[in-house]
Amino acid sequence: MMFVPGNNPGMMADAHIYGPDSIMLDLEDSVTMAEKDAARLLVYNALKSIDYGGTEMVVRINPLSTPYGKKDVEAVVKAGVDVIRMPKTETADEVRELEAEIVKVETELGCVGRTRIMAAIESALGIVNAFEIASASTRMMGIALGAEDYTANLKTPRTPEGSELLLARETIVVAARAAGIACFDTVYSNLDDMETFRKEVELIKNLGFDGKSIINPRQIEVVNEVFAPKQKDIDKALRIIAAIKEARAKGSGVIAVNGKMVDRPVVLRAERVVALAIASGILNEEELS
Amino acid sequence: MEIKNAMAGTLESGDIMVRIAPGDGLQVDLQSSVSARFGRQIKSVITETLRGLGIENAYVQATDKGALDCTIRARVTAAAVRATGKDVWKD
Repeated sequence: MMFVPGNNPGMMADAHIYGPDSIMLDLEDSVTMAEKDAARLLVYNALKSIDYGGTEMVVRINPLSTPYGKKDVEAVVKAGVDVIRMPKTETADEVRELEAEIVKVETELGCVGRTRIMAAIESALGIVNAFEIASASTRMMGIALGAEDYTANLKTPRTPEGSELLLARETIVVAARAAGIACFDTVYSNLDDMETFRKEVELIKNLGFDGKSIINPRQIEVVNEVFAPKQKDIDKALRIIAAIKEARAKGSGVIAVNGKMVDRPVVLRAERVVALAIASGILNEEELS
Repeated sequence: MEIKNAMAGTLESGDIMVRIAPGDGLQVDLQSSVSARFGRQIKSVITETLRGLGIENAYVQATDKGALDCTIRARVTAAAVRATGKDVWKD
C-alpha cells in the first residue's frame, strides 16, 4: 500500500505506474490545514477521472472529530473509493460512527455497502481495543499499525530493530486473524537505508502481516521480493495440495508427503503459499485449475 | 455570484496555479509550456468548470505545469470555493 500525498497531483497521476497493490491517497497528515479543501477536491477528481486499473484505491481521511472528516467521507464515497482508512482509531464506536457517515452518503447514491473500512491503530488505547476495532463492522477489511504516533504515545523512540513495536504488531496480527480481516504494517521512512527496510519487511512477514505500507516506489520491489514465495516453497505447496486432493478422492484424510505427515494446518499454509504465488504473478491461476 | 480574489494550486510539475478575481464575463489568461497545443483545451476546462459552478463573471490567471484535466477542474473549483466563500463543488 503506497502512501501518496493528497495535495500532489503529479504524484497522484503517476502512482499506479509503479505497480503497488493499493494506493492510499492521504488527506490527513501530509496536507496542511490551509489546503484540506483543495486536497479533498484533487482526490475527488482524481478518483473520478484517472484510470488506476485494478489498483485498490484507499483514501486516508481526517478524523471525524475535525471539521474535515465528514466532508472527506462525503467526497470520497461520491468518487467511488474502494476503502476509507480511518486514522488514529481507538475504539469500535469510532468505526461505527464512520460507518454511519458512509451509509448516509451511500443511501443518497443508492449504493449501500460499497465502501469498505480500514482502521489505522496508532495509540496504546487502540492496541488495547484492537479486536473490538477489527470486528466493529462487516465493512472492516483490515487494520494497520501507525508506528510514528504509536511510539509518540508510548513515550519511546522508534528504533531500527523495532522492539518497541513488537507487542503492537503481534496484537494487530492476532486481532485481524481473530476477526477474519487483513493486517498491514506501518511505514519505514528512511529511504537511504534499504537494508534495515528489508529486515523490517522480513520481520513483519514472519509475524503474519498481509502487507506493508510504503512511502516511495523504490520500496515496492523489496516488499514484493520478501512476500513472494520462493520456488522451492511453491513446489512443496503444490505437491501437498495435489496429494491431499488425491487422498480426498480416495476418502482418506491424512497423508504423507516426502515422509512427513500432512494435516489441515499444513494444507492451509500450502494454500496460502499458492495464493501468494498467484498474487505475485509467479503462478497462473488458470493453469492450476 | 459575488467573488473576491482567491487562489489554488501550486507551480509543481503536474499542477496548475489558478487565481480568480472579479471580472466582467469569463476571461482566462493562461501561461503554459504546452499552450500552443493544449491552450484551447485547458481554457475550455477552466471556463466549463466555472460555468458548472454558476460563475459567469471572473478574471482567471492560470499557470499550468502540465496538469491533467481532473487537476485543472479540482484547482479551479478550489479557487472558486475560496473566491465565493460557498461550498459550490458538491455534485
